Amino acid sequence: MSASVMVTVDAGIGASPPAARGKPRGQRGQRRHGWLRLASPVAAVGLWQLLSSAGVLPASKLASPAAIVHTAYTLITTTNPTYGTLQNSLLVSAGRWAIGFSLGVVIAVLLAVVTGLSRAAEVAVDPIVQALRSIPLLGILPLFIVWFGIGELPKDLIVLLGALFPMYVNAFAGIRGVDSRLRELGQVLGLSRRELVTSIVLPGALPQVFAGLRLSVVSSLLALVVGEQINANAGLGNMIMQAESFLQNDIIMVALIVYAILGLLADWIVRVLERKALAWRRDFVS
Amino acid sequence: MAPRLRQLIPANSPERALVTPPGSASASASAAGGPAASVRGLTRRFGDRVVLDRLDLDIAPGEFVAMIGRSGSGKSTLLRALAGLDRGVTGTLAVPGQVAVAFQEPRLVPWKKVVSNVTLGLRVPDADSVARSALAEVGLAGRVSAWPLTLSGGEAQRASLARALVRQPSLLLLDEPFSALDALTRISMHRLVLRLWEHHKPAVLLVTHDVDEALALADRVLVLGDGRITHAAAIDVPRPRDRDHPAQVALRVRLLTELGVPGAATS
Repeated sequence: MSASVMVTVDAGIGASPPAARGKPRGQRGQRRHGWLRLASPVAAVGLWQLLSSAGVLPASKLASPAAIVHTAYTLITTTNPTYGTLQNSLLVSAGRWAIGFSLGVVIAVLLAVVTGLSRAAEVAVDPIVQALRSIPLLGILPLFIVWFGIGELPKDLIVLLGALFPMYVNAFAGIRGVDSRLRELGQVLGLSRRELVTSIVLPGALPQVFAGLRLSVVSSLLALVVGEQINANAGLGNMIMQAESFLQNDIIMVALIVYAILGLLADWIVRVLERKALAWRRDFVS
Repeated sequence: MAPRLRQLIPANSPERALVTPPGSASASASAAGGPAASVRGLTRRFGDRVVLDRLDLDIAPGEFVAMIGRSGSGKSTLLRALAGLDRGVTGTLAVPGQVAVAFQEPRLVPWKKVVSNVTLGLRVPDADSVARSALAEVGLAGRVSAWPLTLSGGEAQRASLARALVRQPSLLLLDEPFSALDALTRISMHRLVLRLWEHHKPAVLLVTHDVDEALALADRVLVLGDGRITHAAAIDVPRPRDRDHPAQVALRVRLLTELGVPGAATS
């Protein structure tokens, strides 16, 4: 790793414009890295298939990868009377997740900006957020159903809360952690309060915001699974519920894998954004 | 950029420092040829400790003043007060024109490219080309769109100087800006600072603990001790200065004695 850091830093001293020189190297390195990351999951699936074929893992407990692929194919091509097709369930779940996640993240960052910049706001708001944060989402869901019914609202809200807390905690820490010497610099340079927030505070908190984003992706997906298994009539969670009543563990596996793919995809998107937004950091080269 | 005038509460007042917003009076004050900075009875306490003790100081327009002192002598506190960063001082303090600061650490904003660091907070038409020519002046024309973290220590400090200079300060505050640089880089930075000073002619207050640096650069050297100016010496040796000029050698001995290290000047 240190070798490729050196290479890219050297490239930075060249005369060509920065966009032209950094990219090819960085992308090649990144792709090679990407393939490497696939190696261990692929090996794990291979081992699983071997154990299933050898009869070590009974099909009644855990379906083989091949059987799961077959089930997935069936779920995609045929419409089940209770939960429709797999892609339909996925679309419903992804929609719920997108709404809850984006709202949760936006609210968390706004809250963190307010509490991060003002001691008074911190004293007023932070204890409430910290108290709510320690309530298990699974425990809050029955109340949400009582308050908001069994429609989309309680499900969106539970995902929203799942995204909000890790994001808030990280964004707050990020804002508080911005180098006070840079704030002082802003003062010397005569920056307005707005300029200070947009030029110093928020960009300075960005590394932590991204860390929060990645945690939020995971915890909001967890919240989605929880939210969809109670009183849902569509979505992946509902599919799991239905399959559970008929002991169809292959269908449960398909739904879980789709959840996992959804999480990996979101994490990958966050990482790509992170690499772009934090290009200034030395340790992000390569 | 608007010039600033700070008028503080007299030292015996229990009230904290008061900052008056820039007004038209301040512009005429600097135009009238008054001092670039004027300090009277400046006092700063941290708890029971008196860091600045009724300090008086005038800096003439275009004058290069170096302030030396042991660590803890209050030199950085004075500089921070002049920069408007310390609201806990009492006394009067008037800086009629634009102030710019180059800090000990260059304090480049790491997520802004070099040129954007220079234009940060700069409110002039065509700020970008102003910044580019300032960077060219400090020899950084080729690093305009580099990330600050890829700069060497000397390059970063030059970018910091460019950022200070584009504000066309009437008072330039240098807070030990060369202390973290290697000896060779420091020498070339001294030359650069002199060249920039001769070209732009701001009044300069250089805070340093390096006697030789003060001797090489300043019109006037002040020694700060126990919160007061304990010694002041004018230097009229023409620049670039010979380190072994008899007057310089004598002054070095004198200054080191003032700093409490007599006999250390034999090189």
